[in-house]
Amino acid sequence: MLKDITLGQYFPGKSVIHRLDPRTKLVMLVVYIVALFLADSWVSYGLMFLFLVSVIGLSTIPPKAIARGMKPLVVILIFTGVLNLFFTQDGTVLLHFWIFTITTGGLSRAVMMMSRILMLITGTFLLTYTTSPIALTDGLESLMKPLKKIGVPVHELSMMMCIALRFIPTLIEETDKIMSAQKARGADFETGSLMERAKALIPILVPLFISAFRRADELATAMECRCYQGGEGRTKMKLLHYHREDFLSYGVGAALVVVVIGLKTVGL
Amino acid sequence: MKPILEVSNLNYIYSVGTPFEHKALDNISFSVERGEFIGIIGHTGSGKSTLMQQLNGLLKPTSGQVLLDGEDIWSDKKLTRQARFRVGLVFQYPEYQLFEETVYRDIAFGPKNMGLNEQEIDRRVREAAGFVGLTPEQLEVSPFDLSGGQKRRVAIAGVIAMEPEVLILDEPTAGLDPVGRAEILGNVETYRRARNATIMMVSHSMEDVARLTDRLLVMNGSKLAMDAAPAQVFSHAEELVQMGLNIPQVTQVFLNLKKLGLDVANVYTIEQAVAEIKRLRGGAVNA
Repeated sequence: MLKDITLGQYFPGKSVIHRLDPRTKLVMLVVYIVALFLADSWVSYGLMFLFLVSVIGLSTIPPKAIARGMKPLVVILIFTGVLNLFFTQDGTVLLHFWIFTITTGGLSRAVMMMSRILMLITGTFLLTYTTSPIALTDGLESLMKPLKKIGVPVHELSMMMCIALRFIPTLIEETDKIMSAQKARGADFETGSLMERAKALIPILVPLFISAFRRADELATAMECRCYQGGEGRTKMKLLHYHREDFLSYGVGAALVVVVIGLKTVGL
Repeated sequence: MKPILEVSNLNYIYSVGTPFEHKALDNISFSVERGEFIGIIGHTGSGKSTLMQQLNGLLKPTSGQVLLDGEDIWSDKKLTRQARFRVGLVFQYPEYQLFEETVYRDIAFGPKNMGLNEQEIDRRVREAAGFVGLTPEQLEVSPFDLSGGQKRRVAIAGVIAMEPEVLILDEPTAGLDPVGRAEILGNVETYRRARNATIMMVSHSMEDVARLTDRLLVMNGSKLAMDAAPAQVFSHAEELVQMGLNIPQVTQVFLNLKKLGLDVANVYTIEQAVAEIKRLRGGAVNA
């Protein structure tokens, strides 16, 4: 069913990673991605992998859940792997048939690219798995605050993001319900040509849009009733504070980048 | 004659093999005769909605069978599809599922999916509209220009137009005013009489089910707790309250009268109550 989709699902928990300030986690993710793209040797890849595994360990997120989130990426992974395998032509030739040549360079490049994508996505998932959507938007809003000076409506953007995230499960549930109701009237979404299938979506999309607009309207009224008028002068119930572990993480992040760059210059 | 619907040892488990696994139906068995009016009552989350979706093949049982006219609806793909048309299902707040440009076309959606010809579709749409009290002029307007109660009647007509032998309704009167409620319940009764159809209705109004139904199915914690006539069900007032349900107000009043020492019978509709009070007063005058 539609409900089984994990869309950056949050796993509530009390681990160190969960407790970190959302700003720390966001900055650390950027640092991690930069380090990942700087890394280009087996040694530095090993280091990145070690870092990722220890963060997963600290987060107490079951590895199975992470693996399940990877499923939709299998196609992209295979595509990347195959492309790199056949189009990188250096090192010694391992195998040659018809127009295809597999070289040691191609093989190592393919494996590296695949593990880079895998580690990239896993890192991003770790952020959404350990941070509630509310904390995430709070963190984003706080990090983007300087942009306000050049006229970016930071608060409004984060509020919009927050509302959008909040309504994803609601809309999925609604879609499920409307689909069942139209199926009960004999609608068929599984057979027919592409054109017929696209047409079969109309009985779902029209009611879905109408209800989305209705909900938006009701929400806007409810917010106005509580005197919401944007971010001007608005205070927060939960203020973000840095703790010791946050400074520690920044230290680890900086060290990671330095070591990766160091390895690069040494040529390992 | 064979029962129109027969449910035997039905089990249904949501999200099998995940941490969210949840047993929604636990060994349910019952059968339904043609022309019966059955009420389904139960606390929120007791499995009523899941049960309804089993009866027309929207959900596949984890184990157990649903027999429609003696045939397992899952034994053949064609039978499953037929079950959708022979057992009409009206969901809660069905007016949110309207989508066509005119009322006529929305009601025609079901019959069209059945692959009927234009003439037959036209006949069915007009008859269904008649059952729910829509005028021919209303058939040509956009469903979104109608009032809430009218929209709901359009949605119900959309299911009735498939001429189902069993019509299942999930809280058809939720959120309507008293006039709207009476109209919808009247429409359902008219359809039953005209077609000798079987009606199954989920409701939270004990008054409605007491007045309308021949038999009540009481769901509690994924199990079928009771299957009996309303009079019998409402005589177990305490058990019902424990299940988070209630008894009709008038039944409560008469139970209290009994506690006060008055010699009254158990009643569960207003008509019975009136008769009972007349009897009591008559008795008092004679004595």
